[in-house]
Amino acid sequence: MKDVYAWSAIGLIVLASSTGDVLLSYSMKRVGDVGELWKRRGVLPVIGRVLATPTFALGLMAMAVAFYSLLFGLSWGNLSLVVPASASLTFVANAVAARIFLHERVGRRRWIAALLVAGGVVLMAV
Amino acid sequence: MTFRKYLVLAGITIFSTAGDSLLARGMKDLGSVSLHNLPGLLLAILNPWVAAGILLLLAFFSCYMSALSWADLTYVLPATSLGYVLVALIAHFSFHEEISPTRWLGIALIAAGVGLVAAGPSATPDHQRQSSQDAPRDAVSVEVKS
Repeated sequence: MKDVYAWSAIGLIVLASSTGDVLLSYSMKRVGDVGELWKRRGVLPVIGRVLATPTFALGLMAMAVAFYSLLFGLSWGNLSLVVPASASLTFVANAVAARIFLHERVGRRRWIAALLVAGGVVLMAV
Repeated sequence: MTFRKYLVLAGITIFSTAGDSLLARGMKDLGSVSLHNLPGLLLAILNPWVAAGILLLLAFFSCYMSALSWADLTYVLPATSLGYVLVALIAHFSFHEEISPTRWLGIALIAAGVGLVAAGPSATPDHQRQSSQDAPRDAVSVEVKS
């Protein structure tokens, strides 16, 4: 029964955090290279520019949902199951989402890596 | 990829691992949290382990946002997923959670995936449309430059 709770928490974490990751990645690509910006203008304009990006707030909200799901999950399941399973499945969901929504070029190398990590996740959950 | 960028990726790995571990340590103190006790979940922040974990996760988040500003999501996530291996090892040595041989194999596969992605290019060149055009975003051209 505890497993069912742990895996539902994992499902919720995957959904919320991949939504958050895609939104945050989209926001940061719009902001541009933070290191370059920091060198030219200083740290405050960088923070201001990030906070002024609307999708950043949406991404944060999705991440907050994922964070509290993680707290639930950690109180129900083992650390070495919940954390790797949810985060690595998020990585697979993200590979698909990044290709569709962010138009990232996910080549053969990244797909093989996705399968390796996905396989690793399954084995770690056994 | 410059040395500083690899440092940022290392920061993501280490801060998220240490942060998650501290959170888990704190949640063990609090026991099972149920949906009927939502204030209890919010009050979890008062636990020192949880508070320290959140601070480290803030450091992780800064590094993560920085990395996403110059690299693909599909690069940053796997390149920093060595943290899951660290989490399993910490869980094993500090919390004495069991790691079976199959789980060890899983750890090996994840590590292989990390190595594969980290060795490839860090950004989709087309992405230049959205960010500073002066910075080369292709790993190969960066190597030539530095």
